[in-house]
Amino acid sequence: MKSLSRLMAVMRKEVRQMRRDRLTAAMIVGIPVMQLLLFGYAINTDVRNLVTAIADEANTHLSRQFVAELGATQVTNIRYRVGSTAELERMMQSGEISIGVAIPRDFDRRVTDKTRAAVHLLVDGSDPTIGGIANQLREMSIAFATGATPPKQRLIEVRPYYNPERRTPINIIPGLMGVILTMTMLMFTAVAVVRERERGNLELLINTPVTSAELMIGKVVPYIAIGLVQLALILVVGRLLFDVPVRGSIIDLYLAAGLFIAANLALGLFFSTAVKTQFQAMQATFFVLMPSILLSGFVFPFDGMPIIAQYIGEALPITHFIRITRGIMLREASLGDLTGPLIYLGTFAVVATTAAALRFSKRLD
Amino acid sequence: MNSELAIRARGLSKHFGSLRAVDRLDLDVPRASIYGFLGPNGSGKSTTIRMLCGLLTPTEGSADVLGLDVPGRANELKPKIGYMTQRFSLFGDMTVAENLEFIAEIYSYPSGQRDSRIDELLGKYDLVEQRKQFAGTMSGGQRQRLALACAVLHHPELLLLDEPTSAVDPQSRRDFWANLFRLAEAGTTILVSTHYMDEAERCHRLAILDHGVKVADGAPQELQLNTGMTVVEVLADDPYQAQSALIRIPLVASVTQLGVRLRVLIPESVDDALGLTNTSLQKHKVTAQSRIVPASLEDVFVAVTMKPGQRAA
Repeated sequence: MKSLSRLMAVMRKEVRQMRRDRLTAAMIVGIPVMQLLLFGYAINTDVRNLVTAIADEANTHLSRQFVAELGATQVTNIRYRVGSTAELERMMQSGEISIGVAIPRDFDRRVTDKTRAAVHLLVDGSDPTIGGIANQLREMSIAFATGATPPKQRLIEVRPYYNPERRTPINIIPGLMGVILTMTMLMFTAVAVVRERERGNLELLINTPVTSAELMIGKVVPYIAIGLVQLALILVVGRLLFDVPVRGSIIDLYLAAGLFIAANLALGLFFSTAVKTQFQAMQATFFVLMPSILLSGFVFPFDGMPIIAQYIGEALPITHFIRITRGIMLREASLGDLTGPLIYLGTFAVVATTAAALRFSKRLD
Repeated sequence: MNSELAIRARGLSKHFGSLRAVDRLDLDVPRASIYGFLGPNGSGKSTTIRMLCGLLTPTEGSADVLGLDVPGRANELKPKIGYMTQRFSLFGDMTVAENLEFIAEIYSYPSGQRDSRIDELLGKYDLVEQRKQFAGTMSGGQRQRLALACAVLHHPELLLLDEPTSAVDPQSRRDFWANLFRLAEAGTTILVSTHYMDEAERCHRLAILDHGVKVADGAPQELQLNTGMTVVEVLADDPYQAQSALIRIPLVASVTQLGVRLRVLIPESVDDALGLTNTSLQKHKVTAQSRIVPASLEDVFVAVTMKPGQRAA
């Protein structure tokens, strides 16, 4: 009873201080919205309108038809027409174009020749995504009106499940949810205990009847609520601006997010007990945040990473959370389909909270 | 256990690596009295107070506070003590009333009486007008009154005050001490550390700490009577010259300048301290008037913190 009222007192104090700290209050809303806008609008792996120059040395009916079809794909934006391959190379070097199309003089004859390529595509390989996109152009079928060669039967047809239009926000936002929650939750709690230590409040608190557990839980609970509010914000903005769906159960999503938030808060508290200054707490946050962005499967496909990077990725809570959000939001999975990641998040939260409670003692030595 | 004692410590020591912050301290603090710790920075005052409230584990020795063994039973002790930290440790981004409410909640003060207790404290500690002011924007004296109000809110039996007046003006210090006397009269035991002589003088009993060792213990008057030194006050035209003359006498323990006056400490074993002083001054052709005066607490402090064989100038 006394314990509960002390816990409530600590929580009330935290909320009160949070409301008065304008920067924190602004970050609660500002970080998710800003990240959503940045990642949602700026990052687009479905590249279109690559600036292209064409050197059509054949200049026949067939080659002109080919150029027209190339333009129709929308992948290229044919802005220049030049005389020679050498000129294409010069323009690529100066960065004026991303793709150069060289059509040789004997284009018509090459089209019918199965042993030689009809067209040369010069691609700016210094940008990784452009290289990948240009590869798609290789698949262009050559359905020429002449009918000289019948369209080749394709061996493989790709059917992109869950995201048929290949819209990037649909891939990005379920993962971004994990990044935003990791960033804010970790940052707030990592600073929480150490700030009171720096301001001297802790020396007062540990001399009162309040227990370590009351202090820790009282600090964490308000942030869980904030995390869930942020989640709602991301879902709403994602829906309104980028039409990101939640195909599975939203309750499942919230339950999983609750577990993920708890895991992050526990890790943040552990940092808070381990560091001495707020600056160190921030550094510790970034120490986790960078691999969380790079090794979690958020930006780069998990399977493509070296095995050591995969191990590091597996250790991070966000990797498991991204599997859950992509599952629930896009693949219409239920929690029952995702027990592995859920068990990991739960275990992580328990272990980190225990470690934090053990490290935090009501002593100064 | 002696119920007349609020604190009883025996052989209390705290080492930080090779540093002996507190070295074999014995302490008896009677109930309902003001007990002072006098010593320079780094003499072990804060460390001792922190050991007594269970924040630090003693390296050696034992302490019994309000009948409870610390740090073993520190949790039972917390509700019975009030602690005021050296640094202001209340929440700067909360108002005076909010800070008091938080403390009341943390100590589980009966909820029906909380508001009236807070009003009472605001009145007693002259904070009525600051009720809605953020603690962080208040003056040093106001902060200190708030800290004291928070420390005594739950009617603790024992107050531990760690250099409570280091950041306030003289008037605030006087008011603060008036409050302490009022609390002691009401039965609260107060342990207060300070490095101000005038504050030390007001304590019922006093321990002087030097490099972690207790070098004197007793009532201030008692300590002043038993310095083992004769104090000669010298009023010289040229105090500097007088000082250089006096410090050359092997029997003189220390010479301290206070404005134009010098205070010369000479061991009581020397028969004619005044004669010795005057002879030396005349020999060096210094015009000065000398007289024997009672020892002040500062003289006590100088006398007891002197290392054997060392002479302070």
